[in-house]
Amino acid sequence: MPRASHSEDGADWGGTPSDVSSGVLSPDFASRSGRRLWEEVIKGALFVCAFLSVVTTLGILFVLGKEAVTFFEDVSVSEFLFGTRWTPLLEPTSFGVLPLVGGTMLIVVGAGALAIPVGLASAIYLSEYASSRVRSTLKPILEILAGIPTVVYGYFALTFITPMLRIILPSTQVFNALSASLVVGIMVLPMIASLCDDALRAVPHSLRQGAFALGATRFEVSRRVVLPAALSGVIASFVLALSRAIGETMAVTLAAGATPRLTGNPLEPIQTMTAYIVQVSLGDTPAGGIEYKTIFAVASLLFLITLVSNIVANRILRRFREVYE
Amino acid sequence: MSSWLDSTPSNLKARHQKAKIFSVLCTLLTWFSVVLLAVLIFHVSRQGVTWLDGKFLSSFPSRFPEKAGVKSALWGTVWLIGVTAVISIPFGVAAAIYLEEYAKKSRINTMIDINIANLAGVPSIVYGILGLALFVRWFGLGRSVVAGALTMTLLVLPVIIMASREAIRAVPSTLRQAAFALGASRWQTIRHHVLPASIPGILTGVILAMSRAIGETAPLIMIGALTYVAFTPDGPMDSFTTLPIQIFNWASRPQEDFHDLAAAGIIVLLSVLFVMNAGAIFIRHRSARGQRW
Repeated sequence: MPRASHSEDGADWGGTPSDVSSGVLSPDFASRSGRRLWEEVIKGALFVCAFLSVVTTLGILFVLGKEAVTFFEDVSVSEFLFGTRWTPLLEPTSFGVLPLVGGTMLIVVGAGALAIPVGLASAIYLSEYASSRVRSTLKPILEILAGIPTVVYGYFALTFITPMLRIILPSTQVFNALSASLVVGIMVLPMIASLCDDALRAVPHSLRQGAFALGATRFEVSRRVVLPAALSGVIASFVLALSRAIGETMAVTLAAGATPRLTGNPLEPIQTMTAYIVQVSLGDTPAGGIEYKTIFAVASLLFLITLVSNIVANRILRRFREVYE
Repeated sequence: MSSWLDSTPSNLKARHQKAKIFSVLCTLLTWFSVVLLAVLIFHVSRQGVTWLDGKFLSSFPSRFPEKAGVKSALWGTVWLIGVTAVISIPFGVAAAIYLEEYAKKSRINTMIDINIANLAGVPSIVYGILGLALFVRWFGLGRSVVAGALTMTLLVLPVIIMASREAIRAVPSTLRQAAFALGASRWQTIRHHVLPASIPGILTGVILAMSRAIGETAPLIMIGALTYVAFTPDGPMDSFTTLPIQIFNWASRPQEDFHDLAAAGIIVLLSVLFVMNAGAIFIRHRSARGQRW
């Protein structure tokens, strides 16, 4: 018969391999069927823990969907998706999400323009050029860069990058999309570098050696042999990093401002989808009002965009992984 | 083959030149990150170091910059991370064990697999909204440490699961086969052999997950942790603030002095993260030395 609950048993994980004697061989249970039942109970409990992740996803879908549906009872879907004015907190209210989406895209484009070339170049350097000693110094530094909290990057953008930009481009405003997008680019750069590095290093050495033997320079080997062979991993890393940039919150809240507007000028203040959600939750918006529901509508859109790009990236990784024998 | 390898002597020189330029470019762009990190740390230190003293650590926030400190934020962070760790580690490790040791290739397990990969990419603010609707309002936990910790648990679970899976996968299957051969059941094998052997890897992953949780700001703002808090939490049901939230609060004020306070707060936050990561590296090193296979 099972004598202990799973949690009691599971708490005792600190054992070392030396305590083999503590019951592995001596039968803990009176009958074989009791032991088998116990095994099934544990398996079930572990499965429940793993299934929790699916429950989380369902929870997100349910919570977002429930409030978003009531939002769309008041505001039509087409007004939300195609409207060009976003003033839910001011009279006359208007619920066109395009300015927020535009602001987000401005950040993503800027971040990508910085992070993709620098990240890819770093990855090529790390996997094709760097000696193992240089590599073992650079890798941890990139990890540190990736581990710095986003609020710190926000502070850095506000107090360092923006003043710098204002010296170079005097028309830059205190809150501007450029500064925020640069700092988001810095933030996702380590992610691109390390994912691309993994992809490039997975290319077998025989391919490189073959190209070298034909007289190719290191640049030609990197560009014509290694990069094409690792292309799926490289592209997937770009998609993942940009999806991360879409969801980035604190840096854009601090540095990009809170002015939803549809503009292509990165020197002006804008507002992203994430920054809007933060703005509303900082204020005293009563639950149940239309303002409160807007954050669920915006968050649903944000969730959909990032989910689709993540699924695409993971698909690319799974489907097009080059297999070398 | 294509023309890029046909090298007449004249374009051989050009090709080598191109290769040279490319290698210099890649090197420079890589070191750009290092310079950036140095600039960031230098900038923060220069702004914040004069404000950093014992009083800063032992005072509560204040509207006068010279009296303000991070005491409530520091303790709030300790409480939040403590409770998060207690909840998230058992669930995360259990899920990893199931996926690595039990799960056969079935539709539901593939679904869980893909689902975890996707959850890792969900923006943290979405978790904040989930926490707000589910824990703060539905469960009626209010703006408490527990509500924050539960939200953080959902956020870091994918990280813990993925790191733990990798650690468990690294245990050689010969170890399992030996245990099975001696008549051990699957769970006995896991509990007495696989888990002890993978503990260093799991710990490293857990520390990295916790350091991610320490730096998170957006989900906690969503569940309403950003209130002026002039006390340290006494229990898991108390309201709280954390270091990143305090930093955000200070950085979003227009006055210069508060920006410098934010920098001082950042130094404290980065120091905590540094100590945790040093711990992770230490564990990794020690276990690499004691490796028996």
